[in-house]
Amino acid sequence: MKILVCISHVPDTTSKINFIDNNTKFDTNGVQFIIGPYDDYALARAVELKESSGATITVINVGLVDTEPTIRKALAIGADDAIRVNAEPTDSFFVASQIAEQAKAGGYDLILMGRESIDYNSGAVHGIVGELLGVPSISPVMKLDIEGNTAKLAREIEGGKEYMEVSLPFVAGCQEPIAEWKIPNMRGIMSARTKPLKVVEPSTVDSGVKLQKFELPPAKGSVKMIPADNVQELVNLLKNEAKVL
Amino acid sequence: MNILVFVESAEGKIKKNSLEAVAFAQAMGGSVTALALGNVEISELEGLGKYGAKKVLHAADEKLNQGVIQAYAAVIAKAFQDENSDVLVLSDSSLGTPVGARVAAKLGASLASNVVELPNTSAGFNVKRSIYTGKAFAHVELTKPKKVIGIKKNAAEVKEVGGNVSVTPYQASLSDADFSTKITSAEKATGDVLLPEANIVVSGGRGMKGPEHWSGIEELAKTLGAATGCSKPVSDMGWRPHHEHVGQTGVKVAPQLYIAIGISGAIQHLAGVNSSKCIVVINKDADAPFFKAADYGIVGDAFDILPKLNEAIKAAK
Ligand SMILES: Cc1cc2nc3c(=O)[nH]c(=O)nc-3n(C[C@H](O)[C@H](O)[C@H](O)COP(=O)(O)OP(=O)(O)OC[C@H]3O[C@@H](n4cnc5c(N)ncnc54)[C@H](O)[C@@H]3O)c2cc1C
Repeated sequence: MKILVCISHVPDTTSKINFIDNNTKFDTNGVQFIIGPYDDYALARAVELKESSGATITVINVGLVDTEPTIRKALAIGADDAIRVNAEPTDSFFVASQIAEQAKAGGYDLILMGRESIDYNSGAVHGIVGELLGVPSISPVMKLDIEGNTAKLAREIEGGKEYMEVSLPFVAGCQEPIAEWKIPNMRGIMSARTKPLKVVEPSTVDSGVKLQKFELPPAKGSVKMIPADNVQELVNLLKNEAKVL
Repeated sequence: MNILVFVESAEGKIKKNSLEAVAFAQAMGGSVTALALGNVEISELEGLGKYGAKKVLHAADEKLNQGVIQAYAAVIAKAFQDENSDVLVLSDSSLGTPVGARVAAKLGASLASNVVELPNTSAGFNVKRSIYTGKAFAHVELTKPKKVIGIKKNAAEVKEVGGNVSVTPYQASLSDADFSTKITSAEKATGDVLLPEANIVVSGGRGMKGPEHWSGIEELAKTLGAATGCSKPVSDMGWRPHHEHVGQTGVKVAPQLYIAIGISGAIQHLAGVNSSKCIVVINKDADAPFFKAADYGIVGDAFDILPKLNEAIKAAK
């Protein structure tokens, strides 16, 4: 089985978000980048499948050269080789088109990624890749088992889950608890250095989405503290001041 | 401008977030057509007129009773073309978001999800969307003639603007290939208030010490008509079901009131609650980071405060 895992390179979840250049560019100053947490679940599940049934894993990232440490980390976790599409990942359609093109060429049985990236949160790449390849796309997937040519999945829905079966190939947007995040071990880190990382140039795509500017939400006002022995006061404030009761 | 709205349903009833999508489309101006799939009660469909739908299409084929992403995308894209639509509006949800993506790719449309307010069309077609899990916004221009927008909860206020409309059956041409995903069963928490749609959320963290103490949270939620939520470690440890996990990697909520009990307020948790209108934090540690993100706070023991708060709210009702 050949698995393609798509990873985003995103600011660490504790990052302070700031913008520069007149609010048109993300400020990377002091920001740590990581594999998108949802993509990390997808990768972890792929590694489990590899361990249980002997798959090969290719990771793909659409990004400029600064994403290579993130890609190497995925190789250290257990992917066998990597593709970097050398372009700024501007929007879902652009990224999905690049992935679909590589996926077509590689002939994968399974394409896994996170349900969404944690920078743009679009949650669209799996759907677009599925559509461009003409295969099913399922998201958010919280359980994935493969038996022969069939997969059994659970998808999260509001207040519950849905169980389903689908034949390979297909695309899945993953989330927990599909697997537990894996931490690379020393051997993985050493071998990742020499695993193949292919760099390809992007194809031209018009997504019809143009960034104008970024904006930060207004700062939160300060908290009003209420003594623990006066919950009545809290109820009054919720009712009369905040007007939420 | 012709606007098509995909409305979701559950057990025959239109979902609240879909009413917001209809209200959003109505407020955009133009002619609003709503499209519902599968089993939905006729009175529910007619009632969409009250929120601004001029026309309601119903694809009632029983194969559409289940939300198969690929099949839904095919039907919606076809209706979009049949209706000469310019914009598709849907609400972001576990079904809406993945379906919207496929529809956009099928139509060659510009796509934006997590839209938080009405588009600005004074020059071009510009939308404001939430990014970095609620920590920022992006203003983007959608330049293609066809557009698909997914709206975030609270992007529009649901209000009655008209009366019932009659329902037009929509003959969807279904292809077997679009149903290759077979939904075999579903598990749903019935009777409870659904977390992503709730107006009030009562949420517990590791400070609750164990699943056996959740009755205090459940009782308060019941008094308030609220949904229950939790932090990630709580669902990781199996104290609560996974679909209650709030935060960066869980459900993002946007209620009127979020009450956090025994949750420290890690930045990953805050990412899922920062769209709440009002946040109350109860924590025994005065230095818990959650207080910085709160509107009201009480430093104290949850087990002491929960029953008192429940009584006080009951009395105030
Ligand atoms: C990539 C990533 C993604 C993550 N995503 C999420 C996410 O989506 N959602 C999420 O919640 N977390 C997430 N986390 C985890 C997050 O960092 C925190 O570990 C987690 O939110 C802590 O949960 P907690 O507040 O319940 O527990 P703790 O941090 O242990 O806090 C417990 C709190 O309870 C208080 N307390 C204890 N006893 C009492 C009492 N008797 N009365 C009142 N208060 C009491 C304590 O003072 C403390 O503040 C993520 C982490 C990572 C790295």
